[in-house]
Amino acid sequence: MSSLFEIKELTKSYGERLILDRLSFEIERGECLVILGRSGSGKSVTLRQLNGLERPDSGSVLFDGVDITDLEEKDLYGVRRRVAMLFQSGALFDSMSVLDNIAYPVREHTDLDEHEVVEIVEQKLRLVDLEGVLDRMPADLSGGMRKRVALARSLALDPEVVLFDEPTTGLDPTTSATIARLIKSTQLELGVTCVVVTHDLSLARTTATKLAFLDSGRFRFWGTWSEADASDDTLLQDFLHGREHHDGNE
Amino acid sequence: MLRDLTRALAQLGEIAILTVRAFLALVKPPYELGLWVRQMEALGVRSLVVALISMLFTGMVLALQSAYALPELGVKYYVGTLVSKSLTRELAPVLTALIVGGRIGSGMTAELGTMKVTEQIDALRSMAFDPVKKLVAPRLAATLIMLPLLVILGNVVGIIGGLLVTVYQLNVAMGVYLNDVMGELTYGDVLSGLGKTVFFAYFIAIIACYNGLNARGGADGVGRATTNTVVGASISILISDYFLTKLFFIFES
Ligand SMILES: Nc1ncnc2c1ncn2[C@@H]1O[C@H](COP(=O)(O)OP(=O)(O)OP(=O)(O)O)[C@@H](O)[C@H]1O
Ligand SMILES: [Mg+2]
Repeated sequence: MSSLFEIKELTKSYGERLILDRLSFEIERGECLVILGRSGSGKSVTLRQLNGLERPDSGSVLFDGVDITDLEEKDLYGVRRRVAMLFQSGALFDSMSVLDNIAYPVREHTDLDEHEVVEIVEQKLRLVDLEGVLDRMPADLSGGMRKRVALARSLALDPEVVLFDEPTTGLDPTTSATIARLIKSTQLELGVTCVVVTHDLSLARTTATKLAFLDSGRFRFWGTWSEADASDDTLLQDFLHGREHHDGNE
Repeated sequence: MLRDLTRALAQLGEIAILTVRAFLALVKPPYELGLWVRQMEALGVRSLVVALISMLFTGMVLALQSAYALPELGVKYYVGTLVSKSLTRELAPVLTALIVGGRIGSGMTAELGTMKVTEQIDALRSMAFDPVKKLVAPRLAATLIMLPLLVILGNVVGIIGGLLVTVYQLNVAMGVYLNDVMGELTYGDVLSGLGKTVFFAYFIAIIACYNGLNARGGADGVGRATTNTVVGASISILISDYFLTKLFFIFES
């Protein structure tokens, strides 16, 4: 069976700056791919190609065998209902309560009765260990709770894939560990394919079934954790151990 | 200089595309009437009082100015004509658009801009929604409906303002003023003013939404976008006013 995502020769630049340089990779069903990389290396840009939020300059993205690269915005809707995204800031609608945030995609995309909608919302909130927050507004929640509500919202339509953009940035280590556990259980218990973009190494340790290291627009490393630990690439090793990197140019 | 020019042209192109998409979203079902009503409420509540106060005083000033500017011609017996025609044709549409436009336009840009920089717009897209349908179309519809309504009310209140000054300051009988207004004010006067208002409403909403959707770079960026909306909307109102006035004169003659 073919991979869920097949990315071929993806190239993207902003102005003069080449961000992605003929990037090719595949994502298998049910795995958790973690993309590591320095700030500004193009992790978010890569992620945003996978549900068509941004278009590449050249190259292609195949999802479940279908080339989505040149699809019109409205033809991407089918893909986006199967590929959910969790944003760096959570991106909850701050004019809506927690209930309305999570219910929003359900109400708009299905014909369920209101009590069925509320049931779904409560079930998704239990998945992220939250209860009794239905009527709260996003502004009244802590950063960790906001992330969890956002995760619940992205799970609302039972997606096959969730794309996570820096899910732990700005959270304390304990809360980060909770988020990491929730991502892991999303992958294992719900069978959701996860793609996580981060520079949080402990998150990567807990969740990754496969690891990629993005540098200068290419994957400098691609493999499992044990392969990464055994790698003799000093740039990767320095990143994994939080050391400053010194090469000829610096 | 050349770079600025190409940038400006590119922006005009993008605004044109947004316009087409917004109007298509307006006429294509499903109609998001709930969203429209919510926007109309927000807009009306935010601007009704300030718009009416401005028009009341504009009507009063018009009456004063015209009577004192030309006293020897007995102009004070024709104040009704002067006030009602200048209000309905010109001042109520333009001033209301400028005042309300600055207020609601900047509000819209701030709101959409904040949604943009906090990734809420991307979140909408990622959940298979069209931000133009969900955010731009309701704001455009609400402005297109509410601004003319505000101008109609402004016309009435302004004429009342003129009446107050005429009666209590110029000591002209109320009947004289009202007869004058009724006798001289035509449908053409009122309709040409409202016709312009529809264009002003479009400029305000589309510029505000465009700047909001294209805000970049955090709170700073939203602030900049908001300023751009106030400037852009005001300038396009004032410039287009000249051409629209010419256009409506052609229609009327
Ligand atoms: N819409 C855009 N317009 C111009 N430049 C952009 C745009 N989006 C991203 N970039 C640039 O592309 C580069 C990569 O951005 P990206 O957001 O993917 O980085 P990242 O790896 O996610 O970093 P971070 O860890 O800071 O989130 C950055 O230098 C950024 O400035
Ligand atoms: Mg990023």
